[in-house]
Amino acid sequence: MASPAPLIAPRDGLADALAKALGQDMLAHVFAVGEDSITVRREAVAGVMISLRDNLDYQQLMEIAGVDYPNRPERFEVVYHLLSVTKNHRLRVRVSTDEATPVPTIVPVWPNAGWLEREVFDMYGVLFAGNPDLRRILTDYGFQGFPQRKDFPLTGYTELRYSEEDKRVVYEPVRLAQDFRNFDFMSPWEGADYILPGDEKAGGTGEAPGKGAPSPMTAQEVKKADEAKAAPPPTPKTTESPAQTGAGKTADKEATKKSRDGKQAKPEAAAESKPSAKAKGASTPKAKAPAKAKAPRKPKAGGDA
Amino acid sequence: MTDSPQVKHHGSDMFEGYPVDTADTAGDQVVTNYTINFGPQHPAAHGVLRMVMELDGEIIERVDPHVGLLHRGTEKLIEYKTYLQALPYFDRLDYCSPLGMEHSYVLAIEKLLDLEVPARAQYLRTLFAELTRICNHMLNIGSHVMDVGAMTPNLWVFELREDCLNFFERMSGARMHHAWFRPGGVHQDVPEKLLVDIGEWVEKRLPELFGDAMSLVIDNRIFKQRNVDIATVSKEDALAWGFSGPMIRGSGIAWDLRKSQPYDAYAAMEFDIPVGTRGDCYDRFMVRVQEVYQSARIIKQCLRDMPSGPIASLDRKVVPPKRGEMKQSMESLIHHFKLYTEGFHVPAGEVYVATESPKGEFGVYLVSDGSNKPYRCKIRPTAFSHLQAMDFMCKGHMLADTTAIIGAIDVVFGECDR
Repeated sequence: MASPAPLIAPRDGLADALAKALGQDMLAHVFAVGEDSITVRREAVAGVMISLRDNLDYQQLMEIAGVDYPNRPERFEVVYHLLSVTKNHRLRVRVSTDEATPVPTIVPVWPNAGWLEREVFDMYGVLFAGNPDLRRILTDYGFQGFPQRKDFPLTGYTELRYSEEDKRVVYEPVRLAQDFRNFDFMSPWEGADYILPGDEKAGGTGEAPGKGAPSPMTAQEVKKADEAKAAPPPTPKTTESPAQTGAGKTADKEATKKSRDGKQAKPEAAAESKPSAKAKGASTPKAKAPAKAKAPRKPKAGGDA
Repeated sequence: MTDSPQVKHHGSDMFEGYPVDTADTAGDQVVTNYTINFGPQHPAAHGVLRMVMELDGEIIERVDPHVGLLHRGTEKLIEYKTYLQALPYFDRLDYCSPLGMEHSYVLAIEKLLDLEVPARAQYLRTLFAELTRICNHMLNIGSHVMDVGAMTPNLWVFELREDCLNFFERMSGARMHHAWFRPGGVHQDVPEKLLVDIGEWVEKRLPELFGDAMSLVIDNRIFKQRNVDIATVSKEDALAWGFSGPMIRGSGIAWDLRKSQPYDAYAAMEFDIPVGTRGDCYDRFMVRVQEVYQSARIIKQCLRDMPSGPIASLDRKVVPPKRGEMKQSMESLIHHFKLYTEGFHVPAGEVYVATESPKGEFGVYLVSDGSNKPYRCKIRPTAFSHLQAMDFMCKGHMLADTTAIIGAIDVVFGECDR
């Protein structure tokens, strides 16, 4: 192996020994990235650990890690890391579970499993049947929720501060001065599982999203596609009646003359304002007509947007 | 107190007609156990440790350590950062040995990437990991002896710690939070003069000053009275409770990850593993003292054999180019931009990489889903297992021994609580 990571020699005959010692309880054995990991039946985990400790010389339990895979039917994985100081080998043992199903405890096998199981319970809400002291461990006294679950927000739900008025620490819902920004730096051509903004318009290419960028179209193809997509032209506009023209009554020539005069502008304008208000009221039904006449354009406008 | 006025007490008529205390006299009283809080703000707790202790007089019956007061959600934060952005969080775990924390993390990434690291980078990492060990042990040894009553050695070994921090400052620009180990190597090369100075320091100042300080302690009657036969841990218990580092070596098991599962340049190093014979606090202390000399040995070998060459992998898909290159080449500019925005992608898979940090086995369980952010990064702190054993280690000892036991565990809460 090229990397300078800790050198652990593969253990000879491990697969056979595991199969012999665990039998039906072992569901899978994987050797990847230089590390052995086995998946075992959840119900049998305590017995498996005793067997691994006594028959296969894994004397130490170094770590219990929880992992959350929300898409799986049993979303949580509980991962035990064992170490053999005599055989100089590490083994990973995995068990899967969900929110409700407890995992049998291994505290009788290794006493330090107590806190490690408490931590997995604290962070993920995985229950360990038989753990004598399954309290929260890392989070605050009275904390609610399971912070390491993937659906728990990074900011949490409550924040605390010292209140000068109350002379004590108070808990409040989290208020963010700025929205939490989670930048997505994934290259869209390297397997993003969403449609890029704007790509939905090119939906006709027949390519599944995420399988690479659509191949560029020629100008001719673009034009054709646009024509195919464009809405049918609106019915030709006719002007049979004055209402269809969209125009109002012709302005009173005398009135405009006077207003342009300037001398009598103010009284005239005041006098005109009333008829203009009337004209407005009168024009409203007319205004509807042009709107109707314009209506066929709307789909086209939508298509352009 | 009873409400029966007819009971006469001690033949006295003085309290006739009044409620009289009929409890037993002091000599007859049953002394019940009482519970005290040790911490969370206690100078000997080495941080924010709260221990609920049940005492029978001054004898400890039961200890329930409450940890988590320094929990900052590091593992959750790491899931929202790219691999490189997550690196500085490791400095802040065990802030007394920051490079030891970074070491496991960068090795985990390199293992998943299967990335080759140049020899000079490996030697530099080994050298400064050992200097970190000395720095960490100076703090622990100093505070341990101070916890049990000695003042002078602490001041002396803190001089040495200060020297180490100055070396770190010249190495990375930061005294404590270096972020200097990077996936693929180290961030910057060190000045040649720094290596020369470290060589002189290891040759002369360290053995002199450290030897002087330890001569005050290791044969001191009071120090021995406070540590010998305190919290004796058998080999079997050390294995069962998941001990590692000086704690398991103090119990007599010669287990050192630098020897048994060598990483970086440790395979080429020659050093001995000091072990204890009785498994008590004194042995753990002495193991650390000897480890300082062994670390000095490794540093000397690193300096002697320090190869020249690049200080980080030349794989530009992981390690960003240097600034000079960026000014000249478009390709470098692109690489720089991509690595500091998107970051590098790590192939899907999972690894558990543990290194011998100054406090014991510090492990990183890294699960990658092939993206530029860790899917899960579980940190295996050393103190978690050790502190859990407080209950059985303290049982039957005096209250004042707690400080010696905590001192010999070498606990730092940044790492324990994450």
